[in-house]
Amino acid sequence: MSAAVPAGAPASGAGGKNRAGLTRADYDGSKTTLCPGCGHNAITAGIIQAAYESALDPARVAKLSGIGCSSKTPAYFLGHSHGFNAVHGRMPSIATGVRVANRELLLIGVSGDGDTASIGLGQFCHLVRRNVPVVYIVENNGVYGLTKGQFSATADIGSTTKAGRKNELMPIDLCAMAIELGCGFVARSFSGDQKQLRPLLKAAFAHRGTAVLDVISPCVTFADHEGSTKSYAAVKEHDAPLHDIDFVPYFEDIHVDYEPGTTREVDLPDGSRIVLKKLAADYDATSRDVAIQTLAEARREGRLVTGLLYVETDLPAFEDELRMTDTPLAQLTLDQVRPPRAVLDEIMEQLRTGKGLAAAAGGG
Amino acid sequence: MAPEKLVKPIVNDLSIHVATVNGSGSQTANSVLLRAIFQMGIPVSGKNLFPSNIAGLPTWFTIRVSRDGYVARRRENDILVVMNPETAADDVAAIGPGGVIVLNEQIPAPPVPDDRVVYRVPMTKLMEPITTDVKLRRLVVNMIYVGVLAQLLGIAEDEIEKALDAQLGKKPRALELNHKAVRAGWEFASSSLPKRDPYHLERMTATTGKILIDGNSAAALGALFGGVEVVTWYPITPSSSLVETLIGYLDRYRRDAAGRATYAVVQAEDEIAAIGMVLGAGWAGARAMTSTSGPGISLMAEFAGYGYYAEIPGVIWDIQRIGPSTGLPTRTSQADLRFAHELSHGDTGHPVLLPSSVRDCYEFGMRAFDLAERLQTPVFVLSDLDLGMNMWMSDPFPYPEQPWDRGKVLGDDELARLKSFERYRDVDGDGIPYRTVPGLVHDPRGAYFTRGSGHDEAARYTESPEVYARNMDRLAKKLRTARSLVPPPVVEDDPAAEVGLIAFGSTHWAIIEARDQLRARGIATGYLLLKALPFTDHLERFVRRYRRIYVVEQNRDGQMAERVRIELPAEAARVRSVRHYTGMPIDARFVSDAILSQERDARPAAAPHPVTEGASR
Repeated sequence: MSAAVPAGAPASGAGGKNRAGLTRADYDGSKTTLCPGCGHNAITAGIIQAAYESALDPARVAKLSGIGCSSKTPAYFLGHSHGFNAVHGRMPSIATGVRVANRELLLIGVSGDGDTASIGLGQFCHLVRRNVPVVYIVENNGVYGLTKGQFSATADIGSTTKAGRKNELMPIDLCAMAIELGCGFVARSFSGDQKQLRPLLKAAFAHRGTAVLDVISPCVTFADHEGSTKSYAAVKEHDAPLHDIDFVPYFEDIHVDYEPGTTREVDLPDGSRIVLKKLAADYDATSRDVAIQTLAEARREGRLVTGLLYVETDLPAFEDELRMTDTPLAQLTLDQVRPPRAVLDEIMEQLRTGKGLAAAAGGG
Repeated sequence: MAPEKLVKPIVNDLSIHVATVNGSGSQTANSVLLRAIFQMGIPVSGKNLFPSNIAGLPTWFTIRVSRDGYVARRRENDILVVMNPETAADDVAAIGPGGVIVLNEQIPAPPVPDDRVVYRVPMTKLMEPITTDVKLRRLVVNMIYVGVLAQLLGIAEDEIEKALDAQLGKKPRALELNHKAVRAGWEFASSSLPKRDPYHLERMTATTGKILIDGNSAAALGALFGGVEVVTWYPITPSSSLVETLIGYLDRYRRDAAGRATYAVVQAEDEIAAIGMVLGAGWAGARAMTSTSGPGISLMAEFAGYGYYAEIPGVIWDIQRIGPSTGLPTRTSQADLRFAHELSHGDTGHPVLLPSSVRDCYEFGMRAFDLAERLQTPVFVLSDLDLGMNMWMSDPFPYPEQPWDRGKVLGDDELARLKSFERYRDVDGDGIPYRTVPGLVHDPRGAYFTRGSGHDEAARYTESPEVYARNMDRLAKKLRTARSLVPPPVVEDDPAAEVGLIAFGSTHWAIIEARDQLRARGIATGYLLLKALPFTDHLERFVRRYRRIYVVEQNRDGQMAERVRIELPAEAARVRSVRHYTGMPIDARFVSDAILSQERDARPAAAPHPVTEGASR
């Protein structure tokens, strides 16, 4: 990934320094203000660890979020990166603007189920549709935490509030939606499964395009009771991983010989690899049809399938579609963006004579 | 009546009103007429009064010719071209004594009083030999009235040819057809329509070297030469043509050596996303803008406030129109002033630029970026449908001689020299802090966390009441600093005058003419043309200089008058309001009539009396 330190930098070694010369603490942020035991804190820890292991250059990362408990968390990791805590549900548009201004930034967006599946559903869909390169993490607990426990749009049918009220509305499955919208990297995980979450995060950092990670993250205060389908107990009981995941970064020249037929590998554009190790059944993460079908079956059977649901690494990113110059727009100099005097003269002559003008503006 | 008994000739002073049907191809015909007159050196302006419709509804195009250079809309028209049976009766009724009516003979003519001159033209019959294609006949028939008017008014035929060639030169078949239709109209007029009206066009040199352009295209050019990098938008009349024209220019003139774009244009899913992208791009160091109209401004409210509090540059054009939803989206207005200036919840104040000419649109197209980046805040530019979508004469735009102003941005070199960096610290005492741009600094001290209003000088979250109030005061100070940075008004003082006029935006052109009308009635006026909010200190000096102040604007509530009264409470009683809010561009006679009527009631040197409000139609 472009945000990683270029090859040739010292490999991780003495003093717990990674190949960027940074310690794990260099990826810390300020102290969390969320409830003790909150699933989001585990995801924050996962991001810090994954960023450290991927040797991200904090100066080339921008953290983005909307509003909600989850959206507070970018303050708690990568304190040496710029952060942008936007308005509710609108992080995708901010991300799009940042990315077109500087195509070299690695964007880590953190949102919640309220922020993404309700108020921000439109922007989320259009971000995915444009394939703007953003690691888009949804910390999904099925409730509005900051406003004290109302259902969100990802709450499962039959799930109850603390007071016992039942949700009877269909949940929005953000992963299924992202797959439908053509997303090239869709994963679901659990905040309590660092072994799965960390390689997914590292793979997402290396993906060029929108990477959606829907991470079930129990709310200890408002949704950890019996009756909640997103409590720690319920998630642990129903979690059905599709595979074990290893991530091999481009800078680690490791070759492990797996027994034939037990793994699937996915190559990422920067030379990194995702290794998916078969569990109960073989799962083809490169088939959109399989992914959609798997999600539908899991919902019927009350299983929470986790893992890399769908991956397609060679989709054109938004900046390709815009045919943008390689230099980040924010770095262009005046002479690159102000046409010369002759251009103005030419246009003025067109406006004087009426010749060569673009079509007149229409009405309506 | 013998022709020699006519009233004396009226030369280069007339309005032509073409009544037709939307989507019928009249736009090319009207443009050809407009350009041909312009090429003759005669001051001219064109206004398209169109419905919210693609095809089938009535539409009008007015060409005003004025040897004195007046370009505002005139209420009365002298020459009517009747092409639309549905509106024919009303159109004809609006033409006064001495007026001229060019009537497509196929249209059942309503009764016309004897003191109007009627020219009947068998347009359908004239089209028959030109083409057998029925659809083409319907589109090209408009060129018949071009030929008729050219012959009757004395528009040089070669100027029509030139204008036609400029419009259709790249489409030889269309050019030939249109040329034939013009010729048929011309020949019919010359053989069958003896001149019975007093209107004539004669060559002048008043347009030599000038250009014809609409305000939206001028704004697009400003953005192009201002170095715009990110453009986001959601289609909306009357703003779309600004971005569409800009896309055309960017596509042609803004590519790197490999042919790749040095810009990004994103058609957003709505205006919320459009301004979000602008703020994201502005935060990340790009010159970013969006363009919209009132409904879009409404959607942008939350992000506009965020931009104000988080201090992120961005440029938002508002091509003002009337009403939410289907409320006259194709009619002009200046009614977003108050809303745009204070857009957001909480205490806010955004710099607002007020272009009054196509030249201003060009200049502000550049300058708005400099201002936004200097002040680190969203800047609004309020144009309107009349300025944005109609054709205006102008001197050619000058090439920008100044480099761009990126404001207080720190790089690694500057950071290395500093003991500390705090994003929201008022180091210089002007309320404007320093910022860094993600990805462009590698010094870890340069990173900061952007959020709404609750932060301290170092951008750390805080709910401290003192810190919050301190930040609010600094933001207020920043807006005071803006007074010295926004474009100043244009002031024309008249030491003999008791009356001072204040206006902004497209209202300017009616004021120029109204001042002449008032002068002819013995009322001298001073004039202040505002170019921005917040006010500069020119306002107070101007208001103190005159006994009575009239603020003329195109909205119902006198939004600018209200702001003037708030700014200068001691003078508030002397500030009167003239307001035009029909959706039609304001005309000079409306302004002078309203002021004359209020002046009649005025008691010079009397004790302050209640402010009387201007007449409205």
